[in-house]
Formats: sequence, structure tokens, C-alpha cells
Amino acid sequence: MIAANLPVQRSAAAKLLAVDQSGNIRHLQRARLIETLQPGDLIIANDAATLPASLQGWHLPTGQAIEVRLAGRSSLAADDIHQFSAIVFGAGDFHLRTEDRPSPPELAAGDRLSLGPLLATVQTTLNHPRLVQLCFDGSPDEIWNGLAHHGRPIQYSHVPTPLALWDVWTSFAAAPVAFEPPSAGFALDWRILASIRQKGIQFATITHAAGISSTGDSELDARLPLDEAYFVPQTTAHAISDAQAHNRRIVAIGTTVVRALEDAARSDGSVHVGNGLATQRIDRTTWLRAVDAILSGTHEPGTSHYDLLLAFIDGTTLRRVDQQLNTQNYRTHEFGDSIFIERAAEKYLRQNATSTDRPAQFEQYRDRLSENACDCGVNAE
Amino acid sequence: MSIPDSIAHHPFSGLRVAVTGGTSGLGLALVHELVGRGAQVAFVARKREGVDLVARECKGSHGIVGDVSKKDEIYPIALQIVGALGGLDVLINNASDLGPVPMQLLADTECEDFERALATNALGPFRLTKALLGALAASTREGRTAVVLNVSSDAAVNPYSHWGAYSASKAALHHLSQIWNEELKEAGIHFLSLDPGDMDTPLHALAAPDADTSLLKRPETAAVEFADAIGQVLSRRAEAQATDSEGVVP
Repeated sequence: MIAANLPVQRSAAAKLLAVDQSGNIRHLQRARLIETLQPGDLIIANDAATLPASLQGWHLPTGQAIEVRLAGRSSLAADDIHQFSAIVFGAGDFHLRTEDRPSPPELAAGDRLSLGPLLATVQTTLNHPRLVQLCFDGSPDEIWNGLAHHGRPIQYSHVPTPLALWDVWTSFAAAPVAFEPPSAGFALDWRILASIRQKGIQFATITHAAGISSTGDSELDARLPLDEAYFVPQTTAHAISDAQAHNRRIVAIGTTVVRALEDAARSDGSVHVGNGLATQRIDRTTWLRAVDAILSGTHEPGTSHYDLLLAFIDGTTLRRVDQQLNTQNYRTHEFGDSIFIERAAEKYLRQNATSTDRPAQFEQYRDRLSENACDCGVNAE
Repeated sequence: MSIPDSIAHHPFSGLRVAVTGGTSGLGLALVHELVGRGAQVAFVARKREGVDLVARECKGSHGIVGDVSKKDEIYPIALQIVGALGGLDVLINNASDLGPVPMQLLADTECEDFERALATNALGPFRLTKALLGALAASTREGRTAVVLNVSSDAAVNPYSHWGAYSASKAALHHLSQIWNEELKEAGIHFLSLDPGDMDTPLHALAAPDADTSLLKRPETAAVEFADAIGQVLSRRAEAQATDSEGVVP
């Protein structure tokens, strides 16, 4: 695939590869996304706005330059923004590939970091010399001010120009809690949202603190995604229950929505209301309980996002998708093209189910899951 | 239904409000009035000293230093507003610029003065509203009420001599309010364009230094009127929700 190197959220040339539940593939312009949707579908997007989570600064004990990329926190509360998990790089910025970035100086608990107007203390390393928990000095307002004026959106070398916040906020971005943009939502603007409403398609949101997608360190990348806080509004949970009761499709806009909803899902597919912390890894061993289809970016094999797609379709079909993405010159990364995947028929938990017989059917699938257990390790973290 | 009931009785309790131009005149009065009514308030102004002073006076308010006329400052302002408040229910675009001071005939108005008035009074509110639309829409999806109040003027509809730059920019803002309101009806975001009347404020003193201030409205009075107008929208929405919920099995 080709790396999309311009920060354009809705390129007129954007393409969409759609896979139906039988594994049939078709190509269309992404502007015609609505053709993949049906009246009655419930679309759920991640409305998190993206933090300027890249902070240049100094490791004060050594005087060495560093870049801190905020990567996670345990809650979404507005006043709970002192503590973050973070990945630390040595000198340099996004112009250099993360794989080629120099390591930071050795980090230890108590080390002070100067990050523009912000000061922080390393509280602990998190089982890796570059992954730390840090704590900012100051009041919440001072921290928000420091992030707003010194932070930059996390970005990678495939986009050569510096990103601004408006490049990485979706049209419907709300609470600033994501560390990287929930970029599947770039495909949606207010015109499309109005169009889908007119087609009888419902729109709802969750808020999920989308984390870092790549660190340049194979050991750290294997731990991705890190734990991610999320929030499911009551109205969204009700909309999901209603859709499931009437066998309407639930379409996730992006991998973060899948992760949040599947973490919040009960065995019958209904979801818990309120705050949660997604800790699971979704892959081919995962039986989806809440989500029926996904709109996502295009992903490279070997990434956690790619593995997540194997919960929707089998490996053979996904390899056919890869082949098509490559031969048809699809663009990848956050400003790239998109895929729409319906969950494969054989994995369709609620097929012909009513709300009352769904739990029994789920048990049957759980049994099958146990029988087919493999060495891939669900919940690898 | 607990949410509409609580809104009906305490419409401002926990309401998340942002006010631009919050350290003088009507904006300052609005910050005091809204905090007094139990709202969580973030306010924006250009000068650090004024922001810190008001934040100290109004305990619990969040002061943000920023200039809405500058494109590059809009997202940092929006980030701090939604970050500090954890969301947003009401945005009050109050910050205003007169254009040339002393006021000039249009024919004598420098383009740069007109540009500044447009940037502060029309383009800035447009940009900030656009950056915050997602947060306002999220508020409505969660069963709350979202309101944008754009502070207008009778100069937005009446062609007063010497008020050209201000008047044209306020006319643009007034029309933007009406279009926003039309386009975002379905999303449940309400837009108000309200004229506070001639007030005894620093801005008015710049525009009309010889005015008899005893004849001017107190900004505190206008702030009460504006807060009441927002309260009416909140109450109407709460009543509509209560009506919708009747007969629905919980």
C-alpha cells in the first residue's frame, strides 16, 4: 500500500474496499460510503478529540533532549490529568522514523522532566525502559494550558509537515482524551451524518482514549494496544439494546469502538453504561458480542489493528483483502483509504436470533471457542 | 425522569458554559452571574493579568488566556475549554472588537481595522463554534441541552453612521447564528443571537466616550437577561423530554 502523506481527512479520491458477510469484495469511492449502510443500522463512532500528546523537552538529571508521547491514563475525568503512562524517545521528532529514533537516557523513578511550561516526575517504569508512568506538577488548568500551548499531535514520518490539532480532530470531536486520532471517523462529516439520518440510520457515540499505534520498538509494539479508558453513554447503550432486539446491524467506526464495546459487552451483547478500561486484545480468537461490522482504515499485517480484523473475517479472506489493497493502490495510515467489513456469516452470533434465545446461542459459541482454543493467547496483556 | 426534573428545578446546576471576552463588561458580568447560578464556567480573555484576577474572584471558574481573532489560538482555546469542563453545554461568543477607534466613516476605515473586527466578531466565533460543535453535539446525545449564544447588537440590523466595521461584522455574526440554527436543528443545538442593548461597558465608552452613562444599562442587568434566556431554552428542552418520556416504560 501507499503511505498517505497529506493531512487531508476527506480526500475526494479516497477509496473504500467493502467486504460483505460472505467474503465478497467490492471497491467504491469512499464518498459513497452510505451505499454500504442499510436503513436501521446503528453506527457508533468514537467522539474523542485528540490531545496534543507529543511533548518535546529535557531529561533534567542528564540534560539530554527527549520527546515524551503521552500514551494512556486510567480515567477520562477532566480533573484527573496529572498521571499518564508515556513512551519516551531520545532527541529528535517525527521527521525520523520511530524505528530509527535514538533511545532516551536511562529513566528512573524520581527523574524530573522539563516539557516546555510543564514539569513532570517519572513515577515508575512500566516493565520497559522507555515506558513510564509520569506525574505532572500543577493544577489541572495549568496542565491543560501547558498541553494546549506546548503539545503537538503525535505524528509519524510518513506525513512530512507538522500536524495541527484541526488536522487530527474529527468533525464530531468532543472530549480531548485520545492520544492518537480515532481516524476512521475522518470519513464522516456533518453532511454525511445528515445523509445517514435521512436514510433511517441511527448515529451514536462512545468516548474512547485511543492510544498510540506504533512505538518503533518491537517489544513495546507487541504490547499494543495499551489499556484504554472509555465511556459508554446511557443513550448509546439503549440504542445498542434496541438495535439488537430488532436484529439491526451495529456498525463500529474504527477499531477503538470495537475495543470499547466488546469490553463493555455482556454475554448477550448488551453493553454496560458508563466508564470502563479496555484491557483486552481483539484478534482471531475473539468472538464479537456487540459489533456486526466495522469501518476502518487500511492496516498492515502484524499490527494489532490488523489482528482485530480477524475477529470479523477469516485469515484467507483478509489475505484476499490485502492483495486487493495492494494491487488497487490503496493508501494506508490515518489519512488513507478505508475498508468496510461485515462480520462473516459463520461468526454471526445473532443470526436469526431473538433477544430471548441469544444467551443460549452464545453458550453454544462459547463451547465452540473452547474447542477451537489455540495458542494465540486472548488477553495477551 | 431525573435529568429533566433536575434541569427544571436547577437549570444551571452543573451546566458547562464557556464565555469569551470574560474579563470585562458583559462577559465579566456573565461569568459572575453564571457561576452564581451554579454553572461550571470557563472564560477566555487575551490578557493573563485579567484572567488570573477574575479566576481568583470567581472561585471554581476556569480562566483561559487566548485571542479568538487568531486562527492558531482557536484549537488551544477549545482544547482547554472542553478539557477543563469535561464537555460543553453552552458557548457564549461575547468577545467583540469595535474596529477603528475613534469610530470612523466607512470611507475612512482602514482595511486592517475592518479585518480585525471581522476576525473577532464573525470569523472567530465561527471558528470556535466549529471547533466545539462536537462537544455541543455530544451534550445533546447525552440528554443535555446545547446552546450557543452569540452576542449581537442593534447595529447588526440598523445602519448607524460611523459604526460600519462593527455593524457589518455583527450583521455577519447575526446571520451566521440564524444559519447555524437552521442547519443544526436536527442535532439539537440551539443558537441564540441576542442584543444586550446599550450598556455601560469599557467597549461602549470607547465607541461613545461622551455618552451619559446614567442612561446606559448595567452589564449585570444584561447578564441576568441573557442567563434567563438560556434558562428558558433549558427549561423548554426539559419539558419536552418530560413529555416524551410520559408513557414510556422505564
